[in-house]
Amino acid sequence: MKFGGLMFANLFRKKLRLTLTIGSFAVALMLFGFLAVVKTAFSGGVEIAGADRLVVINRVSIIQPLPLSYMDKIGRMPGVKGITHANWFGGVYQDERNFFPQFAVDVSTWRQMYPEFKLTEAEWNNFVKDRQGAIAGAATAKRFGWKVGDRIPIKGTFLPGVWEFNLDGIYHGSRQADDESQFWFQWDLFEEKVPDRLKGNVGWYTVRVDNPDDSLRVARAIDAEFANSPYETHTDTEKAFAAGWVKQFGNIEFLILTIGAVVFFTLLLVTGNTMAIAVRERTGELAVLKAIGYSDRFVLFLVLLESLVIALIGGGFGLLCAKGLTLLGDPTHGMLPVFYLPTKAMLTGLIAALLVGIASGILPAVGAMRLRVVNALRRV
Amino acid sequence: MVRVDGAGTSSLIRVRGLDKKYYRGGEEIHVLQELNLDVDEGDFVAFMGPSGSGKTTLLNLLGGLDVPSAGSITVAGDEITHMSRGTLTEWRARHVGFIFQMYNLIPVLTAYQNVELPLLLTKLSRAERRKHVETALGVVGLADRMHHFPRQLSGGQEQRVTIARAIVSDPTFLLCDEPTGDLDRKSADEIMGLLLTLVKQYRKTVLMVTHDPVVAERADVTLHLDKGVLVEAGKLEAFSGGAR
Repeated sequence: MKFGGLMFANLFRKKLRLTLTIGSFAVALMLFGFLAVVKTAFSGGVEIAGADRLVVINRVSIIQPLPLSYMDKIGRMPGVKGITHANWFGGVYQDERNFFPQFAVDVSTWRQMYPEFKLTEAEWNNFVKDRQGAIAGAATAKRFGWKVGDRIPIKGTFLPGVWEFNLDGIYHGSRQADDESQFWFQWDLFEEKVPDRLKGNVGWYTVRVDNPDDSLRVARAIDAEFANSPYETHTDTEKAFAAGWVKQFGNIEFLILTIGAVVFFTLLLVTGNTMAIAVRERTGELAVLKAIGYSDRFVLFLVLLESLVIALIGGGFGLLCAKGLTLLGDPTHGMLPVFYLPTKAMLTGLIAALLVGIASGILPAVGAMRLRVVNALRRV
Repeated sequence: MVRVDGAGTSSLIRVRGLDKKYYRGGEEIHVLQELNLDVDEGDFVAFMGPSGSGKTTLLNLLGGLDVPSAGSITVAGDEITHMSRGTLTEWRARHVGFIFQMYNLIPVLTAYQNVELPLLLTKLSRAERRKHVETALGVVGLADRMHHFPRQLSGGQEQRVTIARAIVSDPTFLLCDEPTGDLDRKSADEIMGLLLTLVKQYRKTVLMVTHDPVVAERADVTLHLDKGVLVEAGKLEAFSGGAR
């Protein structure tokens, strides 16, 4: 590229300014990367939720139980391929800050429903045989330094006493966004220990449908089946359920978008001003280029390209830093169900950086393009 | 041969009825009036005149940097006054070499890279460009300074790099706007010697604006611009007397 020398010479004209401008992009895109990590942590479950899975909860709220007897009724409905159930436990491990989700699961159906969670046959079989057994997600196990065979004491909250579990296995998600923070134990143990008034109830059902396109019909059919009963149901796709769950934390996406927009707008002002100064201080040189035969369009692209290169280098560096830092490990020690920067978010960040590069360079570039040689040389 | 009477027939540069008006604050400023000029290949013409007399405006019009209000400019058979902006830009690249008073080199490029700039617009290979640049820098006596940046050169050397940049693409003619205006006498003499070499040895056509009568004396012909009208030096006195 024969014009590369000219472009890079202009770019490196003021090294401190170049470094600071690239630094602005890098910091902004690193922040964008971290925001994307948080967003993924909250909404990653929504994006990868099973398209053929429905979640059935009590119509009043998820806190209210559903009768265990619904399991057979739902399981026999047309379009339903499988069903499992679980209860929320909400226990405390050592300290209340050590939160992780604990579910009492139906061992006879749970694993078939969630094939994306991987663990060895031996681990699962040990778990099934061990009434006090438990399976922990890899993130939670890593967070607390657990290994298979450890004894895990968890203090009940709405159910009294300390519950002791044997860690029989550790599961891993088969996809990056799979939640590896869960802790499962046997529903039979849970059922045994709950007060009589709570027996025979489950927290929610997860239903697999034959055909994902049929999900809506099946969901309506389930809700219609139990309408006007003491335990009316509310059935949603797993994706909608996960989205509703995330909304309980507040509008995370809006918050992140707002912060991101402010960061990028500030970046636009900073780089736009820098580019304007950079072009203004070499008005004479641009005029000479035009005088000796460089076209208006060439000058436009020259300025725009500089802006884009700054955005690309700064943005790319910031995103790589963010990616590198996420690879070093989760600083929240498992508070977030997943902690990674998705490639898609990196590409989005890069595109956003390039758009800011174009937006910040376009006005100075058009000004340079419209520059009249005679007027510019008079100013020199 | 340089003529201002509009009677030339086969000149390299032919200017007919050139008019240039500016409007500043609603007031019309008539800079050039019905100007005629014929310049042949290999002529060295100096334009003199008081500030605001239109010398630089004339140079800008001849170089295709500005457009006239009326009249025509023909260079080597090309009528440039009706060319579009884009065509004019391409025409400048092929036909005009510019030498400015303030050198106007790009400070972040070396002498070599500055001289190479016009050639980047051509289809010449890297090796061919190198050959041309080295030749041009050799002509101006700066072959040993080609990797120096403008800040590492004296004013005279910078102007010589500008001359090398102006001649590297072998243009039809050179336009020099006060080429010695920012130089001491010794450097100015060197630059004038160089321009004369280009004229005598390489048959370059040079049109130069200057305030300095000593510099103007080195040209073949000195034309005076006053109140928008061109007058040959010998006839200036008579013209001024008549005007009075």
